Amino acid sequence: MQRFSALSLFRQGLSGHRGWRAQWRSPEPKAAYDALIIGAGGHGLGTAYYLAREHGMRNIAVLDRGWLGGGNTGRNTTIIRSNYLFDESAALYDHAVKLWEGLSQTLNYNVMFSPRGVLMLAHTVHDVQVFQRHIHANRLNGVDNEWLSAEEAKAYCPPIEIGRHLRYPVIGAALQRRGGTARHDAVAWGFARAADAMGVDIIENCAVTAIHRDAAGAVTGVETTRGTIRAPKVGVVAAGHTSVVMAMAGLRMPLESYPLQALVSEPVKPVFPCVVMSNTIHAYISQSDKGELVIGAGTDAYTSYSQRGGLHISSHTLEAICELFPMFRRMRMLRNWGGIVDVTPDRSPIIAKTSVPGLYVNSGWGTGGFKATPGSAHVFAWTMAKDEPHRINAPFTIERFRDGLLIDEAAAAAVAH
Amino acid sequence: MSEAFRTRDGGRIDRTRPRSFRFDGVGYQGLAGDTLASALLANGVHLVGRSFKYHRPRGVVAAGSDEPNALVGVWRDEASYAPNLRATQVELYEGLRAESQNRSPSLRFDRGAMAGLLAPFLPAGFYYKTFLWPRRAWARFWEPRIRAMAGLGRAPTLPDRDRYAQTYAHCDVLVVGGGPAGIAAALAAAAGHARVILCDEQAELGGSLLAETEATIDGMAAQAWLAEALARLAREPRVRVLPRTTGFGYFAHNFVGLAERLTDHLAEPDPQAPRERLWQVRAREVVLATGALERPLVFPENDRPGIMLADAARTYLRRYGVKPGSRAVVATAHDGAYRAALDLHRAGVAVAAVADLRPDPEGPLVEAARAAGIAIRPATAIAGTKGRLRVRSARLVRIGAEGEAGGGASAGETVGCDLLLMSGGFTPSVHLFSQSRGQLAFDPVSAAFLPARPAERCRSAGACRGTFGLAAALIEGYAAGEAASAAAGRGGAPGLGFAVTGAIDTRGGTLGATPHGRDAARVKAFVDFQNDVTAKDVKLAVREGFRSIEHIKRYTTTGMATDQGKSSNMNALAIAAVALGRPLPEVGLTTFRMPYTPVSFGAFAGFARGELFDPLRRTPIDPWAEAAGAVFEEVGQWRRARYFPREGEDMHQAVGREVRAVRQGVGIFDGSTLGKIEVVGPDAAEFLNRMYVNAWSKLAPGRCRYGVMLREDGFVMDDGVVGRMAPDRFHVTTTTGGAARVLATMEDYLQTEWADLDVWLTSTSEQWAVIALQGPRAREVLAPLVAGADIGREAFPHMSVRACRVAGVEARLFRVSFSGELGFEVNVPADYGRAVWEAILRAGRGFGITPYGTETMHVLRAEKGYIIVGQETDGTATPDDVGLSGLIGRTKKDFVGARSLRRAAMAAPDRKQLVGLLTEDPREVLQEGAQIVANPQTPAPVPMLGHVTSAYHSPTLERSIALAMVRGGRARIGEVLFVPMPGRVVKVSLCDPVFFDREGVRLDG
Repeated sequence: MQRFSALSLFRQGLSGHRGWRAQWRSPEPKAAYDALIIGAGGHGLGTAYYLAREHGMRNIAVLDRGWLGGGNTGRNTTIIRSNYLFDESAALYDHAVKLWEGLSQTLNYNVMFSPRGVLMLAHTVHDVQVFQRHIHANRLNGVDNEWLSAEEAKAYCPPIEIGRHLRYPVIGAALQRRGGTARHDAVAWGFARAADAMGVDIIENCAVTAIHRDAAGAVTGVETTRGTIRAPKVGVVAAGHTSVVMAMAGLRMPLESYPLQALVSEPVKPVFPCVVMSNTIHAYISQSDKGELVIGAGTDAYTSYSQRGGLHISSHTLEAICELFPMFRRMRMLRNWGGIVDVTPDRSPIIAKTSVPGLYVNSGWGTGGFKATPGSAHVFAWTMAKDEPHRINAPFTIERFRDGLLIDEAAAAAVAH
Repeated sequence: MSEAFRTRDGGRIDRTRPRSFRFDGVGYQGLAGDTLASALLANGVHLVGRSFKYHRPRGVVAAGSDEPNALVGVWRDEASYAPNLRATQVELYEGLRAESQNRSPSLRFDRGAMAGLLAPFLPAGFYYKTFLWPRRAWARFWEPRIRAMAGLGRAPTLPDRDRYAQTYAHCDVLVVGGGPAGIAAALAAAAGHARVILCDEQAELGGSLLAETEATIDGMAAQAWLAEALARLAREPRVRVLPRTTGFGYFAHNFVGLAERLTDHLAEPDPQAPRERLWQVRAREVVLATGALERPLVFPENDRPGIMLADAARTYLRRYGVKPGSRAVVATAHDGAYRAALDLHRAGVAVAAVADLRPDPEGPLVEAARAAGIAIRPATAIAGTKGRLRVRSARLVRIGAEGEAGGGASAGETVGCDLLLMSGGFTPSVHLFSQSRGQLAFDPVSAAFLPARPAERCRSAGACRGTFGLAAALIEGYAAGEAASAAAGRGGAPGLGFAVTGAIDTRGGTLGATPHGRDAARVKAFVDFQNDVTAKDVKLAVREGFRSIEHIKRYTTTGMATDQGKSSNMNALAIAAVALGRPLPEVGLTTFRMPYTPVSFGAFAGFARGELFDPLRRTPIDPWAEAAGAVFEEVGQWRRARYFPREGEDMHQAVGREVRAVRQGVGIFDGSTLGKIEVVGPDAAEFLNRMYVNAWSKLAPGRCRYGVMLREDGFVMDDGVVGRMAPDRFHVTTTTGGAARVLATMEDYLQTEWADLDVWLTSTSEQWAVIALQGPRAREVLAPLVAGADIGREAFPHMSVRACRVAGVEARLFRVSFSGELGFEVNVPADYGRAVWEAILRAGRGFGITPYGTETMHVLRAEKGYIIVGQETDGTATPDDVGLSGLIGRTKKDFVGARSLRRAAMAAPDRKQLVGLLTEDPREVLQEGAQIVANPQTPAPVPMLGHVTSAYHSPTLERSIALAMVRGGRARIGEVLFVPMPGRVVKVSLCDPVFFDREGVRLDG
């Protein structure tokens, strides 16, 4: 792998940058691998990276029907935090935050992890109760999260309107200082480059059309638009299309797929220092390094595989933004887009083995998968390599929906992910 | 300053109405009808901005919404500051103030331009490769600096006072784009008696006709024809013409968003008038007549002020009467730019040379230029330009037979100029068509992506369909309007031919970088002006393995600026295709996203601000509570009285007094926010059997029961008392916050799962005012007011309901209690709520009747261990967890959630269960949400056993109490556990959740 550094950039600058090589290859698929990962998003590429790096599995491939990082990895609002209520979730997401903190150096790729703080606004007495519960639980779990008064929240993020005249006045906030944002594309590219350097084949424009199984039901490989590929282990990391892929192995997933929209404003000079989320009035916002205000909210109400949402959803989101930040009314929407998110009944992911030997699945991240990318990939790689879950993802089974051991963050948190 | 570059006559500006304005603090004069860009050019000002990355000096390039460079901030006062407006779209008004952006200290001397010196080391994506060490330096040091350099304008700092409107509209035919094709389409649809909406983003409709000075249509000068056509449309009652209105988004089922700008062009707008209006139009048929955009040429140093698009220059000259320079070089790859050269020549601008990339330019325009004495250089490209703040010269080089330019820096001819016009040809604007999910196909003849298969009921006409030439656009537009009208079920209009003379065809051109004979790894030939993406950046991305056009876009940021690639995408694609060695159509386009041009947040938000952001719901008794000095709290959309402090009381004292009044005498409480659903029909009881865990069949009319409903996953969703008014009629109540959700859930099941059940559901939440009367003396207060029912202890036992009259008003009277005391809930029609409330108050005066609020209600119920759904439960509690398993109908076969309750984990002994907590110190009130542990000394992660759900000072027990959910809690009653708080630990003992009157004797008072 060609190392990236200020020095290499300088040297290449002197020679007109002619010497940069491809960050990853574009190989033809081989007939067989030790493992396949379906879906070249952050979670899938990360899984390949950790399989190669930590488990020595280098004869592996990542398949994607489109371009790598082109799904939800490249469409999300890049919020990273770990202040989840339940022990299982806190462990999973904080595992990810700890990996985020060193990811640029690990990958030798600046993923621009920026722990600028995630501020969640409380507008009602009920919000306060819920946030206090989170803060106490987080503290005991070793996850930072602190209560701010409305005035302290305004001091931390000056654009917030905290006047009592508001329809939903801000009465306080929970702040996770270690939370923040990262550059989403760089995460996919960084993992792709590092995995490729260890021999992982990343095969784009290669749609899986069938999953092959032997007489005993175990996975033997997949059929793709670029031919048959054999492998004893297949990990499905296909986000909004997981149900479709898993159906190829005869498995019905407890997932529903919804469009989720996001939008950015035209770029402006730094005006917004952190991430602000408000569940009561349905919006979240941060400012990218480029200067765009990055804004999102909840999913559309109806299930769909169409990567676009309704106008009324973006309108509703901007109503909330303008209410909280009335000086942004004259800012303008530059670009709006949609992705398809796969949602489980308890709004927590599934990172698990399946009833089909050799078939593994990492899905159900709903609206909040980006923040977990390295942690999710790390434990999923473990699960695929060892054929048993890592301690952290052991609770995130499919069977929990049968057995009732739910991890219901949505019900408990009352916070958009 | 004088308008040195204004022509003596011509144009659509009003020379009798001068307009003074200020740009970067300097005063200038323009004319009514000018844009800020045309007025600045009239004053010889080309330098108007700085680019995003390298802070390079930039001038006006275009004349419309595709402008990438001339972005300005405009304001009347700070609250109206609007950044990033295109000067080419800002209409001039008297006193307009504007400023340039992304420069410090000034536009001419910008510190940020230092970045340009470092440019060799800052290629596309450089930030992914560096700033890695030390680990914290990125967030602490580099990122803040990069952020400060990035961004363009500045955000406004004060709340925007302007109003924004929204409206919905239906029409037969929506025509987007008011150029010749769009106007012809509207004329045809109007002739067919269709309801038509015609919108155009500019202040005046007409599109290319506004700069057309030579062509005639049906024997009339083009602009005279335009005036007559617009007058005809204005007379049509079924036609709505919307200028300054951008069709920005094309959604499913012919739903189109339009953004109309109403006051930004006025010197003194009415402060009551909306600034913008968002139209949401559902059209039977759509005609897209969105025209085409001219492409820049990608040659080295093609970004200096004074380098602009050829057709833009023509527009400034013909429409605004502005000469954009005094000595021009024209670079082109097609005939269209010759028209600009000729127009400039005739207006007295010296045209030093036309550099034509084609080896043998020919045709009438070329001949005309030649005849006018303009020097034409065939097979010639621009190899570079000079000039810091304005282009000073261009270097022209010959292209050899192989398409390569003569090498060596000395080769070529340097031509002095202060204006360099470029035209790579025109790109059809297929944005909306593509947004609608219509499929595009590459047309090799016009070298453009054109609409192929529509996904919606829409037609494209004119230049956006690759149809160039005025006559063809008019005919095609008219035919599209006619077909749309007929398809919408209106009349078709007779086909119309248009006799056009003097117009020219602007097809042809080139895509991608032009040859220059210099070191391609060194020169800056800009593809995306605003984001400073050069041809070599695109090639670098390909070299680094970015093969998808989406990757190339994201890595280089080409097409991601505020113009969203309007002028750059096709050139970037062509350069990428060459670098990839693949045919251009195979590389493909990036996805077109809404909005077509940026739209104000305010327009999306519309009326929804302040009180209109979300309705504030008030009960009929709310005005009384306000007059009585209540302190309110927000519960969902409702505001509810929290307590009624008397002079000098704080919440603690007020609640103590209110609680004692209920326990010892009688209290009155406004329960009107409770959700209410009337469930009626022969199958009503069966329906409730399925929705609730309880059994309802045997509930006698006149009786009521506390019901609990679950979600499918077996967890408590809502609760409330249900009264049976008649065999086929139930009065269902829900929690305040759950009302809408419960009704929606019931409707969902009724309509999708059990359509065979004969049941009607009606929300009656706002029809009934609910007055709760609680306390040992409640009956004494109420009895004298009740007619038509015996409410005596035996005749009307606990959990009964009667239809009767209370204070002369038809009522449903419940005997229920959420306080543990003898209690009644009087339901009367909302309009009578306040009158009945006051009648009861009068009747209670002798009993010391005390109004109380939600805080007291909470304390009363907590003393009794009654749960509140959403406080004790959080979506993870089963009925058994909160001690309500006794409610589950034993003989029922099924209900929503029953199957889930049978799952293994639902019966696990270590589930969290409802218990009471008593602190060691009776004055210590625990914090709601605090966690409970067995051993507070454990290091993190500390195993948590549960959490505090409710905690109050109990005036009745004269000590603190709390409810909690604790793992295996019922079996732990009597144990001592710990609540760790920051810096200290509170010791608690677990007890039964019912703190007061465990036997319930007071209910039966």
